Amino acid sequence: MSKRLRILIAKPGLDGHDRGAKVVARALRDAGMEVIYTGLRQTPEMIVEAALQEDVDGVGLSILSGAHMTLVPRVIEGLRQAGLDRVKVFVGGIIPDEDVLALRALGVAGIFGPGANTHEIADFIHQQLTEG
Amino acid sequence: MELVEKALAGNRYALARLISLIEDNGTEARAALAALYPHTGQAHVVGVTGAPGTGKSTLVNELTKVLRAQGTTVGIVAVDPSSPFSGGALLGDRVRMRDLAGDQGVFIRSMATRGSLGGLARATSDVVKVLDAAGFSVVLVETVGAGQAEVDIARTAHTTVVVEAPGLGDEVQALKAGLLEIADVLVVNKADRPGAAQTARALEMVINRNAVRGGADDNVWRPPILKTIALDGSGVPEVLEVIVAHREYLRASGSWAERERARVETELRNVLQQELLDRLLARVGEEQVQAWVERITAREVDVYTAVRAVLDAAK
Repeated sequence: MSKRLRILIAKPGLDGHDRGAKVVARALRDAGMEVIYTGLRQTPEMIVEAALQEDVDGVGLSILSGAHMTLVPRVIEGLRQAGLDRVKVFVGGIIPDEDVLALRALGVAGIFGPGANTHEIADFIHQQLTEG
Repeated sequence: MELVEKALAGNRYALARLISLIEDNGTEARAALAALYPHTGQAHVVGVTGAPGTGKSTLVNELTKVLRAQGTTVGIVAVDPSSPFSGGALLGDRVRMRDLAGDQGVFIRSMATRGSLGGLARATSDVVKVLDAAGFSVVLVETVGAGQAEVDIARTAHTTVVVEAPGLGDEVQALKAGLLEIADVLVVNKADRPGAAQTARALEMVINRNAVRGGADDNVWRPPILKTIALDGSGVPEVLEVIVAHREYLRASGSWAERERARVETELRNVLQQELLDRLLARVGEEQVQAWVERITAREVDVYTAVRAVLDAAK
């Protein structure tokens, strides 16, 4: 058995639209990753705890509620406090351009908007996670 | 090993890293397991298995809530299949276990089968050892009951709970998979659905037949059949009572030690088998193996003759 990439896909916040998260989860699985899917309405604390227990290499957050500027920093800060600095964070959803820059500055490794190609997402994440 | 010490001292991230190490199965993993082993043997290991969609994860979630209310710490290993094509896996059991988030007395780990089925039983039992050594009093191992591999995993548990649900035509399926033979506790979940009584009755008949075959010995454990609605927790405390009663039965009857011995023997044989195979293949080399595959495919030689030639050459 060899090292496999593990990634957590979570939906923080209150919006109930998980189609996108599921499509991406499936694409990552098809790209050979072990995807831990946690479902809807996860708090940042729940996401950090799951990332820790599952020892993932990356966390993908799907946010369609517009609350990304509150939720993403809390997840990143939580990961840092838990000693999970090496875990890379990706965000999918409807993110305005000015927020994209702000999220990048916070250390988000990749941001994917509506219509992003799932193969490209999988390739990008794979590349980011294997770079160490 | 630093990681082992930290994990034993209750560091949850060290515990998580240790499990990854064991899943990736490197040389470090062997050293870690050697260091952990003296600390194992305390936990009550409970396997929960059944067909997809019977409600295993929900039942595990509810069982854990009841255990936690009693102050018992719980480790959970949730095993799901890897894709045979990509090697990836979609591990979704946490969706049904969200009630357990934020509780320091619970540790949940999702595990993919990663191809080799023989290796799965070994990897699972090694991960169970880590949680056992880390001090979790009960370790729940959830697997999809589909065949021999799951039966093997169940063998590593002290108590095996087989979950059924009405309307899946499951009694026969479960019989086929050999699941009913390994059950210490049978749960008919989704008991509010039509057909639950029939499912329970069908199971009752099978169990009775097994019991008759085993003789009229009063000291033999007969798997109780319980009905639950895991979604709202109905019947779950009763399931836990029976699980605890089974542990007491194992202890009182001497079966605990017997099972432990049988488990260790199976494990020893499995690991020996795998190690021998690995060593042999390393000596023979992949090129040789492929050459034999070609020759067997071309009907030049049969598989048994090939194996003898490989073994003779590797002596």
